[in-house]
Amino acid sequence: MGIHVEGVTKRFGSFTALNEVSLDVQQGSLTALLGPSGSGKSTLLRVIAGLERPDAGRVTISGEDATGVAPRKRGVGFVFQHYAAFKHMTVRGNIAFGLKIRKRPRAEVRARVDELLALVQLQPFADRYPSQLSGGQRQRMALARALAVEPKVLLLDEPFGALDTRVRGELREWLHRLHDEVRVTTVFVTHDQEEAMALADQIAVLHDGRIEQVGSPRDLYDQPQTPFVMSFVGAAAQLGERWVRQHDLDLRLEPTAGALEARVERIARLGFEARVELQLAGSGTVWAQMTCAELNRLELERGDTVWVLADRARVFAESS
Amino acid sequence: MRRLTLRTVALGYLALILLGPLSVVFWRAFEKGFGPAWNAVTTPEAMHAFQLTLVIAAIAVPANTIFGVLCALLIVRHPFPGKGLLNALVDLPLALSPVVVGFALFLLYGRTGWFGSWLSGHGIQVLFALPSMILATAFVSIPFVVREVVPVLREIGTDQEQAAETLGASQWQTFRRVTFPAIRWEVAYGVVLTTARSLGGYGAVSVVSGRLAGQTETATLYVSDRYENFDIVGAYAASVVLALMAIVVLLTMNLLRPKEGVH
Repeated sequence: MGIHVEGVTKRFGSFTALNEVSLDVQQGSLTALLGPSGSGKSTLLRVIAGLERPDAGRVTISGEDATGVAPRKRGVGFVFQHYAAFKHMTVRGNIAFGLKIRKRPRAEVRARVDELLALVQLQPFADRYPSQLSGGQRQRMALARALAVEPKVLLLDEPFGALDTRVRGELREWLHRLHDEVRVTTVFVTHDQEEAMALADQIAVLHDGRIEQVGSPRDLYDQPQTPFVMSFVGAAAQLGERWVRQHDLDLRLEPTAGALEARVERIARLGFEARVELQLAGSGTVWAQMTCAELNRLELERGDTVWVLADRARVFAESS
Repeated sequence: MRRLTLRTVALGYLALILLGPLSVVFWRAFEKGFGPAWNAVTTPEAMHAFQLTLVIAAIAVPANTIFGVLCALLIVRHPFPGKGLLNALVDLPLALSPVVVGFALFLLYGRTGWFGSWLSGHGIQVLFALPSMILATAFVSIPFVVREVVPVLREIGTDQEQAAETLGASQWQTFRRVTFPAIRWEVAYGVVLTTARSLGGYGAVSVVSGRLAGQTETATLYVSDRYENFDIVGAYAASVVLALMAIVVLLTMNLLRPKEGVH
């Protein structure tokens, strides 16, 4: 059940957007496809929706092979980054679209649209046109429109990407609550690791058309399997062969066994946390993250010499 | 000051090129009063010419509208090899002299032409009859709908259409409920231009029609026929009717068009 993607490859000319990607999405889960731009995350979502036809591989939705099925028959709800609002229809008309296509009785359409307007809190705007709404309102309308036809899966392509930070945070919370209420299998694409961590039960990290790792936010952060995952999901610094999270760098004022000597280049206090830029004696720079309280305790100054201990660093096997 | 100069130049040019000749037409038509003018445009030949012009437009305009929208969809939404060629070909009627178009049709459908011999063998008369006049008119008015619709199709992008698709709409439903409403004003404007060109077409039609008074004479041919026969009032009165037709088309368009900036 849920969504099953198997060995999907998609090329655009000579560019390979997806390279034998396989992924399982549990029924009712909230999954994030996370990756930088060009990693293939949007293409994977569009392949699941049927908006792109894969060159190889299979897509199964709720146990049925959907590979050759047209988007309109897949039972997916799709939300676009730029809303894709039907500009010549009111909010009500937009939400009713899928139901009207299905020729549902007028009274039923009306009741269902009212229900959805309440769900996305747009009742006062029912008769407005999309151009009279804010970005956040348009995206809620687009969500209601996608949910109106009771899709088996809900797919969102960078749904909050075009919104400002504050609205993005609000909508994120709101989507989380909505998912708790509606419990529809949901996959969303994002390049924002914080958004993925905050929302998803499961995250698939994509890089260069491949899935690097799939796991819970905690798994990805605590047990990254590749340097890419380690540095993309949360930040990480490289010390030779070793990778370490900045908050795991332990600064000592005395020479310590196994520690690297470094000089303090710059100190930035960001309120609760602080960043200390270090010039390593060997070569290269890293920054260490700590609380301001800890920084105060160390009484560091620019130009001080410290010893950096990275006990919790990870070493990755040479990846292909 | 500069704005005033700009305005004077622009309006002066318009007056010289457009309004001047147009007012002369009106003035000369009604020079001897309304009666003679009315009589001139209600002769059987005149009535037939106007009717023929409207019949030709009534066939050529819808045909070019449908073709124009399909062609624009093909160019923008379904890239195919040879797309550039089609794109250039659509503009050909704007670049090619209508008289040349007329001669091409003449050669194609004439008694010894490629299609002409076969068609006349089956008893179908194309040249010197309605079919060739419709073909000539359709040819010269092809570009307008395509040229209006292509840019707006590009601008609206495919998101809305894909959204409709995921919501269960078939291709036709998507076109009717999403794409067409988004391009309808451009289609309308294209129709207006196509109609105007169809009503005013002269060169191509004059070659293929044979210009038989009361039979294959359109309104523009009738005007030139009257003029050549020194029936000045008749020529100008018929011109006034043509001008009025064009004005009605343009006004209809402006009334239909929503005010700028709404939605």
